[in-house]
Amino acid sequence: MTIYYNFAYLDEGTKKKIRRTLLKAVAIPGHQIPFASREMPLPYGWGTGGIQVTAAVIGPEDILKVIDQGSDDTTNAVSIRSFFRSATGVRTTTLTREATLIQTRHRIPETPLHAGQILVYQVPMPEPLFKLEPRVSETIALHAMADYSLMYLKLYDQITRYGRIAIGYEYPVIVHDRYLTSPSPIPAYDVPKMHMSPALQLFGAGREKRLYAIPPYTRVIPLDFTDYPFDPVNTRQPCALCGAVESYKDEIVIDDAGNRQFICSDTDFCGQRR
Amino acid sequence: MNYSPAPILIARDLTLSFGALCALESVSLEIHPGEVLAIVGESGSGKTTLLNALYGALAPDAGEVRFGENGELDRCVQALPRQQLRHLHRSAWGYVHQNPRDALRMEITAGGNIVERLMAAGERHYGTLREKALFWLQKVEIDPKRIDDLPGTFSGGMQQRLQIARTLISHPYLLFMDEPTSGLDVSVQAGFLDLLRNLVSEQRMAVILVTHDLAVARLLAGRVAVMQRGRIIETGVTDQVLDDPQHPYTQLLVSSVLPA
Ligand SMILES: Nc1ncnc2c1ncn2[C@@H]1O[C@H](COP(=O)(O)OP(=O)(O)OP(=O)(O)O)[C@@H](O)[C@H]1O
Ligand SMILES: [Mg+2]
Repeated sequence: MTIYYNFAYLDEGTKKKIRRTLLKAVAIPGHQIPFASREMPLPYGWGTGGIQVTAAVIGPEDILKVIDQGSDDTTNAVSIRSFFRSATGVRTTTLTREATLIQTRHRIPETPLHAGQILVYQVPMPEPLFKLEPRVSETIALHAMADYSLMYLKLYDQITRYGRIAIGYEYPVIVHDRYLTSPSPIPAYDVPKMHMSPALQLFGAGREKRLYAIPPYTRVIPLDFTDYPFDPVNTRQPCALCGAVESYKDEIVIDDAGNRQFICSDTDFCGQRR
Repeated sequence: MNYSPAPILIARDLTLSFGALCALESVSLEIHPGEVLAIVGESGSGKTTLLNALYGALAPDAGEVRFGENGELDRCVQALPRQQLRHLHRSAWGYVHQNPRDALRMEITAGGNIVERLMAAGERHYGTLREKALFWLQKVEIDPKRIDDLPGTFSGGMQQRLQIARTLISHPYLLFMDEPTSGLDVSVQAGFLDLLRNLVSEQRMAVILVTHDLAVARLLAGRVAVMQRGRIIETGVTDQVLDDPQHPYTQLLVSSVLPA
């Protein structure tokens, strides 16, 4: 017996509901909107939020790219890509410039995105104040009042302890000069790519049941102090495979002697250069 | 008659019940710029309830609290949108809790605690924040070397002084205090009261001070209001009220603390 699923797995009503929430999210850049997250055929933590967003916006003409930590061929990326190939029949690609829709976990592609592209982020924890203020009702009030001194307190504490703002991932940003927003666990080094991006950026948090968005050409400003400006770290070592200096690298142990190499985390970018 | 400038806060007929219990019954008072008003009375008389109603943390069933800085009582605490009330609480007003742990962020260093209000007001220069933190540590007589220590490593008296620094850094014109000394050892109370008195006169702020300790009222307050069962039964200049009480309840209160 063959089971037929609807295009992109979710039924049309559900997809429509998610798209409506996304429209609201686009209208209030950086603001988290609750949504009725569905059960998906994979566990939370594997990108159920991102997958629902992708399922809601994907059309037959789309060309889909899926990356996990910058790579097109990790287990997670491969299985999400093949899930959508079988659930939609759309073309998939590893080329950033060719893709119309990119679902990502933990990275923004090195190749600059262009107008018309959509970047879908898988988000484990959408609330940037979560670790500082555990009461959800209070975080909602803080957002409503744009009171983000708690996050500045955290930055103050970081400088005091480490001499610099030592936030490597999930660096807090202010979107459209209004909402404090989590960029999802991408490296701080990727955050400038979000600012004024020509692409539409959508964020899905399945377990936390929230969506948010950054429309194209929107200001995304990292929080910092004037005398301790945002200054994300990246190795100055060139990529051992393609020689790129500016790209974000993974540090890889290459033998039993513990020797290390720095290699571009964006496999498509690295491959294009070789 | 003494000349006194226009009040900065005035409460009219505040009434508040907890179920059948009437905690405030038609309480009215006013406070003038730079004056310290002590609210005294026995346990359960409604002092804290009154303070919280004035502050806007408790909504009365009837009556209103009006305030304003420039002689015009043009704003009403009860009608203030939540955002404006919060803004008021974080800058122009201050509240000092009996237990400093209710106010301090125990997982943040002393310096961070002190400068939080400045960051809320938009200060974005770390060096300036450090300077201000050091300045206020000295002001409340804590060794500046302790700036990066967590409040949990401080004694009770130091925590209370930290709370004072954290609150006064925004230069509030009106300070609410609920029994700020009663959690302290007797040995450190005198020093703390001295510090408080100096800061209050130096900062020229008005203070509404709740205390059951008449000695504290005498030391800090220009005026006292005596509460009994949710009512203010006597009010006046501190020395007059405490030396020559008119109401029988005040007479009882004074005689029980100041044995003949
Ligand atoms: N949240 C509440 N729910 C019910 N009753 C309350 C509440 N808060 C206070 N009360 C009651 O209201 C009365 C006044 O309480 P309040 O705390 O204002 O007194 P107080 O003068 O500050 O006393 P103390 O000196 O012990 O702090 C008391 O009878 C108290 O039990
Ligand atoms: Mg009390």
